[in-house]
Amino acid sequence: MELFWEYAKAFLVGGVICAIGQVLIDYTKLTPARILVIYVVTGVILGGLGLYQPLVDWAGGGASIPLTGWGNTIAKGTREAVAEKGIFGALSGGLTGSAAGVAAAIFFGFLIAVAFKPKNKED
Amino acid sequence: METVTNRAYAEMVKKASPPSNSARNIPLAFLIGGAICTLGHAFIKLYTSRGVPEETAFPAASVTLVFLSALFTGLNIYDKLAKYGGAGTLVPITGFANAITAPALEFKTEGYVMGLGAKMFIIAGPVIVYGISAGVAYGIIIYLFRLY
Repeated sequence: MELFWEYAKAFLVGGVICAIGQVLIDYTKLTPARILVIYVVTGVILGGLGLYQPLVDWAGGGASIPLTGWGNTIAKGTREAVAEKGIFGALSGGLTGSAAGVAAAIFFGFLIAVAFKPKNKED
Repeated sequence: METVTNRAYAEMVKKASPPSNSARNIPLAFLIGGAICTLGHAFIKLYTSRGVPEETAFPAASVTLVFLSALFTGLNIYDKLAKYGGAGTLVPITGFANAITAPALEFKTEGYVMGLGAKMFIIAGPVIVYGISAGVAYGIIIYLFRLY
């Protein structure tokens, strides 16, 4: 039962974060690129204010998998780096915190793009 | 050729566009987005159960989803799912991976450098620019006000 609740929380929080995105798509003229930018920056702001990490602790993947979670890791990495290295950390921390996700997306994207054939638009 | 006023054109666009059916789109985004996040959570649980510390298990789960998304984009499955998922397939990190892989694959025909290499950032580029810039601004603020 406890395990069920853990997954239910991840599903609920992840679902709500995505549903908010759909409301933005349906009721505003925001393009997908703008929505992703808004989500990342919102994640940095909420993470910076210390409001996002409690959600990650509560909902796990439900909060860490949406792009707001990526923004939160940027804020977290920056905060840790500034505490450790001072002003230099403001530059180094964000990418350090989010490095794995960005590198994976670039590398796997590259690999798949090289290995697969582009599909016809009609498919 | 007949000239079209802005208002008439807006009417034409409205008629030609499929009705945006929010009553269907929003629950679908909730279900599919929730399912992707739950899958991510399952990977976090899998890795932590194998003794991986949490600070590695979280990014490792994200990286796993990124790989699956890139693969399913190459197989032309992710884009089909996105027709139903809407924001549910856009907002999770799988949407970010799809936004990198899809244009990289599509523009490969324009070359490996200015096609694949440059076009892969057509959507991811702005996300990185604003995400990292917000992070640096945040770092400067907490440094100046000693909030770390």
